[in-house]
Amino acid sequence: MRDKLYNFVGKNPFWVILVCITFSIVAGLGVQKLEFKSDYRVFFSEENPQLTAFETMQKVYAKSDNVSFVVVPKDGNVFTKEHLAALKKLTKASWQIPYSTRVDSVTNFQYSYAEEDDMIVEDLVMSTKNLTSEKLEKIKGIAINEPLLVNKIISKTGHVSVVNVTVQLPGIDPMAETPEIAASVRAIKAQFLAEHPEVDVYLSGMIMMNTSFGEASINDGTTLIPLMFLVVIVTIGVLLRTITGTIATVLVIIMSIVTTMGLAGWLGFYLTGPSSSAPTMIMTLAVADCIHILTSMFYEMRQGADKRTAIARSIKINLQPIFLTSVTTAIGFLSMNFSDSPPFRDLGNLVAIGVMLAFVFSVTIFPALLTVLPIRVKMHKEGKKDIMAKLADFVIAKRKLLLPLTSVFIIVSIMFIPNNELNDDFVKYFDETVPYRVATDFMQDNLSGMMVVEISVKTGKPSGINDPKYLQSVSDFTDWLRDRPETDHVNTITDTLKRLNKNMHGDDPSWYKLPDSQEMSAQYLLLYEMSLPYGLDLNNQLDVDKSSSRIVVTFKNMTSNELINVEQDMIAWFAKHAPQYEVDFSSPSLMFAHIGQRNIISMLIGTTLALILISILLGVALKSWRFGLISLLPNLAPAAIGFGIWGLYSGQVGLGLSVVIGMTLGIVVDDTVHFLSKYLHARRDKNASPQEAVHYAFDNVGRALWITTFVLVAGFTVLAQSSFKMNADMGFLTALTIFVALVVDFLFLPPLLMLLDKDKKKVTQNVAAVVDTPIKAA
Amino acid sequence: MLTKKILISAISALSLTLASNAAFALSAEEQKGLDISMEAKKRDLGWQDSTADMRMLLRNKQGQESIREIKIKSLEIHGDGDKSLTIFNKPRDIKGTAFLSFSHPVAADEQWLFLPALKRVKRISSRNKSGPFMGSEFAFEDLSSFEVEKYSYKYLGVEELNGFTNFKVEQYPVDENSGYTRRIVWLDTLEYRIHKIDFYDRKNSLLKTLTFSGYKQYLAKHWRADSQEMINHQNGKSTELKWSNYNFKTGLSDSDFNRNSLKRAR
Repeated sequence: MRDKLYNFVGKNPFWVILVCITFSIVAGLGVQKLEFKSDYRVFFSEENPQLTAFETMQKVYAKSDNVSFVVVPKDGNVFTKEHLAALKKLTKASWQIPYSTRVDSVTNFQYSYAEEDDMIVEDLVMSTKNLTSEKLEKIKGIAINEPLLVNKIISKTGHVSVVNVTVQLPGIDPMAETPEIAASVRAIKAQFLAEHPEVDVYLSGMIMMNTSFGEASINDGTTLIPLMFLVVIVTIGVLLRTITGTIATVLVIIMSIVTTMGLAGWLGFYLTGPSSSAPTMIMTLAVADCIHILTSMFYEMRQGADKRTAIARSIKINLQPIFLTSVTTAIGFLSMNFSDSPPFRDLGNLVAIGVMLAFVFSVTIFPALLTVLPIRVKMHKEGKKDIMAKLADFVIAKRKLLLPLTSVFIIVSIMFIPNNELNDDFVKYFDETVPYRVATDFMQDNLSGMMVVEISVKTGKPSGINDPKYLQSVSDFTDWLRDRPETDHVNTITDTLKRLNKNMHGDDPSWYKLPDSQEMSAQYLLLYEMSLPYGLDLNNQLDVDKSSSRIVVTFKNMTSNELINVEQDMIAWFAKHAPQYEVDFSSPSLMFAHIGQRNIISMLIGTTLALILISILLGVALKSWRFGLISLLPNLAPAAIGFGIWGLYSGQVGLGLSVVIGMTLGIVVDDTVHFLSKYLHARRDKNASPQEAVHYAFDNVGRALWITTFVLVAGFTVLAQSSFKMNADMGFLTALTIFVALVVDFLFLPPLLMLLDKDKKKVTQNVAAVVDTPIKAA
Repeated sequence: MLTKKILISAISALSLTLASNAAFALSAEEQKGLDISMEAKKRDLGWQDSTADMRMLLRNKQGQESIREIKIKSLEIHGDGDKSLTIFNKPRDIKGTAFLSFSHPVAADEQWLFLPALKRVKRISSRNKSGPFMGSEFAFEDLSSFEVEKYSYKYLGVEELNGFTNFKVEQYPVDENSGYTRRIVWLDTLEYRIHKIDFYDRKNSLLKTLTFSGYKQYLAKHWRADSQEMINHQNGKSTELKWSNYNFKTGLSDSDFNRNSLKRAR
């Protein structure tokens, strides 16, 4: 089989090249169908309970997708004639944003007040022409004391204000709608800045976040992928010193990526933030196959073989190992199908397809290209081998010291794993170079956080919200929330009702309290509702038959666990104080807070399955169950150490990182496979002692291992440069884990083998010893 | 403020008169649109006053429904918008609440609300024209009487709809406080009854569609639809109006439409 493959390829190289390229082009045409979905909702599967709850609430009340203009006057005071006039203009312009259904600002706030016996409801800032300083002071006083505005639309000191635009996406062409809004918003911002150089404007809100998902990925595509190509070219060029080899490798990489992404298009995949990192990952993983084939080929050629024979031998030697490592890598990535978040399932599937395609291309078009392209080999001695030999000598000599030392290192690292906490803060999905992140950080510092929870309190009875008991409960709950240190803002209908009651009593502050009868509340609300202009109604707070109302709480930023705790506290409050009402909690913040936990649990199942599958494969490949079991240690230790170091370095584990264990498992296994197979080859076929076998393994695969590790670490380090933090962290932790894996395979695995493999009769005893050692060391 | 409004309405009334008298300012389509609208208004003149019951069915995207019941008394006013008195019956907690409105073609409407719980009449802010009526998908301006001066027009052609041949006329609100940039109205060529209206919001995207059904003729002259359904395309909500007990020329007069009559209204 192995011989037949290259026999065919070697005889018909042009045919092979033609067929491969045709296949790649036909598949690649699917790329046109591939679209980017920029909507945070893609992170949630349709059956996600938090998403379902959220969508129901959006249907009952109004939708809450939004864009915020954060307007910052450079002179630090919103309440001047000029700035208010500018805000009024911006408010008006915002109505022209596609799909906008509501615009809230300081100027159009529906301010109600008593005038003689009438109640007037009108824009807080009507005309800016004749604003005297007293009037400005009055407006400021109203705004910064209005609970509906302060911290949300206006800062406490009045130095920053927000124009908040609610949009209702029709969802007919989701790929086009968000960019369309973003383009319009940016145009308005640009024009506004041109006319008002005395202010700064930041853009925030869900729409801008969604836009950033898309743009961060496109940005990655234009910077990271070229960078990655550079890394590949330099690595192969410098380490293997071959131009044609580099060209052939780059071609295999391009074909693997194009074919995978094309197939994705044909299969109806869509791109998302995480899955858009698939090309970088495929590239990184595809290089390894080519490096193995090139290294062996050059070795043969240096030994004096002609090119065709060298290629044939190289394929023969490498076909099984690279097939095995491709399969284990694919299994690792396929474990991501257990993720609760569809984009990660897509990423796993895409990379798995890509890795298998890369394998196919590496053993077909790659040797075909090498056959037809001119290749010269410089005859020189393998200087590097000495380094590997020295390393082998060192490891063998110091094994008694290395084993406890590395074991201690592993255990200490593991002890830091609990430092990690689950946290999916979607704001931090972007790094500080992304304007959305800058805007949102600014908002957090000057207005309010991004953690929003929507609470629907239901009576189940039409007009039930006008019941004084109900209103009292909602008002008490609001007070309780406002007393909590993490609360920035609460939007509730009870504030409006209290204000109306005051207005109805000649603006007497002592009447700032809830109306005392159902009829009174109902009629106040009717009066108020009948006075509101288009787009500023109460539909976002009350349901259609007034049987339930929605409270919207904005919290300071906190971790997922903290938010879940607050949610528990809120549930407990209702259970204790108002058990008669059904209460729903939902919001994107809560969705992200819960998905981390759901995902970790499902990923642990997935990873365990992948581990079992890979271990079985290894057992079969190494023809030894015992070594299959021994390999578990070096296969699992890297991820454990990686997460331990991560616990020290950052400690925030979100969606992106929860898939790293499964992902790296398939990759780090490769090193173990190569090392163990050479070790066993020496032990079994060459009758070598464990020490000799270790030396043999170092001599034979040491160099290939560190070159592939170098490429992998470089590749994932490139990914770590992504401005999309989810991908960046994933890249960083993967790179770290792969690097650790090499260290483990060089410094921990050999001493372990020499200890366990000392005398076959004592194996069981020695396994016990190894279990003992870490405990003693700890 | 008020003088400005009067000025604006005077100017627009004047320009409209000028325009309709001397067609030099209007294109053929504009003139035809105006003619159709004037004819429609003319055909319905002379109903004097009317009373009717209205049942409102509000529905949200989730399928939740809510019912409102009101009684409406209207008084035809020549040369100005009509007067109307709306008495709320359901939901129960607003029973007895009454709403008085003097509509004006171009200037802001004058509106008062009587709150039985407070036993007082309150004047309502006049800029709410574009706002929802009782939380429904109908805006105030969708329910107030049709006056020729409210819009400028453009005839778009003839179209078949519901088995009738319809004029299709585009209307552009004159009042800048209107929530719309334009409406497209389908009126049948036979009786000039409106069958459908498309509403375009301030950014000129389709916001709502109103369809009329169950037309009945009263006093051998005045056509009224039994049912009107408004669908909001943007938020997925809808509101259905069912009319019943139409009565015309019941002898209502100006004195039934003032602040004092509000408190007595049943």
